[in-house]
Amino acid sequence: MGNHALSFGAMLCRVQVISAYPITPQTQVVELLSEMCADKTLDAKFIKVESEHSAMAACLGASLAGARTFTATSSQGLTLMHELLHWASGGRLPVVMGNINRSMAPGWSIWSDQNDSLSQRDTGWIQFYCANNQEVLDTVIQAFKVSEKLLIPSMAVLDAFTLSHTYEVVDIPEQEKVDEYLPPFKPPIRLTPDEPHAFGGLTSPDHYFELRYKLQKDMEKAPALIEETGKEFKQKFGRFLGLVDDYCCEDADLILITSGTMGSTARVAVDELRKEGIKVGNLRIRAFRPFPFEKVREIVKNAKKIAVVDRNISYGHHGVFYQEVKSSLYGHDGCPPTFGFIAGLGGRDITPSTFREIVQYALEKKRPEEEIVWIGVKR
Amino acid sequence: MSKEKTMKLSLPEEELMNSGHLACQGCGATLAMRYVLKALGQRTALCIPACCWSVIDGPFPYSSLDVPIYHCAFETAAVSASGVKAGLEMVGDSETTVVAWAGDGGTFDIGIQALSGVAERNDDILYVCYDNEAYMNTGTQRSSATPYGAWTTTTPVKHFKNRPKKDMVAIMAAHRIPYIATASIGYPEDLVKKIKKAKEIKGTKFIHIYAPCPSGWKCRPEDTVKLSRMVVQNAIFPLYEIEWGDKYILNIKLKDKKPINDYLRLQGRFHHLSEKDIAFMQEEVDKKWERLLGFVNKCQ
Repeated sequence: MGNHALSFGAMLCRVQVISAYPITPQTQVVELLSEMCADKTLDAKFIKVESEHSAMAACLGASLAGARTFTATSSQGLTLMHELLHWASGGRLPVVMGNINRSMAPGWSIWSDQNDSLSQRDTGWIQFYCANNQEVLDTVIQAFKVSEKLLIPSMAVLDAFTLSHTYEVVDIPEQEKVDEYLPPFKPPIRLTPDEPHAFGGLTSPDHYFELRYKLQKDMEKAPALIEETGKEFKQKFGRFLGLVDDYCCEDADLILITSGTMGSTARVAVDELRKEGIKVGNLRIRAFRPFPFEKVREIVKNAKKIAVVDRNISYGHHGVFYQEVKSSLYGHDGCPPTFGFIAGLGGRDITPSTFREIVQYALEKKRPEEEIVWIGVKR
Repeated sequence: MSKEKTMKLSLPEEELMNSGHLACQGCGATLAMRYVLKALGQRTALCIPACCWSVIDGPFPYSSLDVPIYHCAFETAAVSASGVKAGLEMVGDSETTVVAWAGDGGTFDIGIQALSGVAERNDDILYVCYDNEAYMNTGTQRSSATPYGAWTTTTPVKHFKNRPKKDMVAIMAAHRIPYIATASIGYPEDLVKKIKKAKEIKGTKFIHIYAPCPSGWKCRPEDTVKLSRMVVQNAIFPLYEIEWGDKYILNIKLKDKKPINDYLRLQGRFHHLSEKDIAFMQEEVDKKWERLLGFVNKCQ
């Protein structure tokens, strides 16, 4: 299951400190890691804290001391951590976290949508959205590599149940190869009495601005680094991990833009529709932060229309991916009509017929007639 | 020829706190830090949440201390220290004493959840709460460490604080951690002795240090040390230790316990109190003192 893929990913990265708090649908991640620490499969300290807020706080302390650090959470837990997500990126602490996308309460929901992780958009974390369990495991490894190089934390995001609890075959890479790909964490500066520094003290307007400028400049290096480490990953393990993942987009009249597991469902619909002579493609956004502006522009440049499907909503605006895609295209030549669909909130199923409905709508209309096109909502 | 006499020092000579810090005149928290670092030595790492000390240390990129500091989030001092300890151990440093250094707000109020978690797990950290009995860094708002009767900007004299100070030591004792002690900057030898003792104990250690704040208490800066001795002698803040949650040791015995009146009269924050209010407070102090003596006597 996806949760085990996260645990094995952390194990293969030889994480040194783990701190986490249980939440459905993340529990198997911490259960398996507890087992691994107990039987010494993994030489790590596991701090079993009393809240997600403390989980992230413990990770930050450990990371500052120079240890490779991992946690996992979901939904309410992630949003409880919110303050410390800023602390992680602002403190330049390359923690890697698995987040299982689960809808925010109220009402209580344990099922999937993306509002938890997308509402952490501006916290300065790199975010990867995974489409299958192999990618979950691989992403943890790549995330540590990217994060430790840039000193920016990363989140590996996966859908509740569709990935977290679904068993599929996953190739577990050899430890030796992972060690070659990911050398031990050696931060340039860390908390130690050998070289005493004060980290994160009162910072005047004379300095604060520059610290944030540097964070953004390093974030801007992330797209190239993700592609580069993705290629390196392919050389070693045979699987490419890029900013995006496109399918049948070259000649597509309509490109469906998705994220997470929706992508695999979209591809079933793409195959079916292509058999019927409708030229559809799917562009799956894998890296949400940094947002792959250039990749998106390059891949959609010949499309006649774009349909962005969001399993999330920014209330008072649009779906979040829709906003991001539009901002990628704005002011560039040949920007095709772009439709924004919202589907599957709170774990409502997204099926190939959902995509059929979306394709039908987008092909029928010349341009979007509504700010948001709701799919499958009972009115 | 007369023999040269060397002065016998009662406190370690080493200074890990330098001039140039940003504390107010007469700041008790500053003396607390100086003594604690003297006791711990340089192999020390501090986790400081939002509190006066996050300012006192000095602005980025300066620091007035010769030990590393992690300025952590307000409610995370204890667990940040746990994280630092775990991280240091994983990179081969088991020697460094990791200290969570927080004010009363960061301990009694917003940080109590994380502290309780750390204490329940018995993580190997030293937690020091320097208690100036209100949110002093933000300009004297009441905390749950503010004593009964006190004025603060959020408990104005017309509606002074009418609930007792939270008994944080009892809460920590209920966690059955290996070591708890109260200390006062007015008794530096006792304070240093306790910190040295705590340093040698594995597990969670909690030290509650009384640290006057002249600007918030409306007292004279030159009275800081005086108040720090009076508060012990009148039993408002007795000096004692608790081992494993139930072994009580009283450090300063009071043959001649002083009334609280003189102590209160030195502080503007208590000026509004009537004789009746003070009599009530005296009664409460006496009750608490008897209760403590009961615990201590049971252990003898």
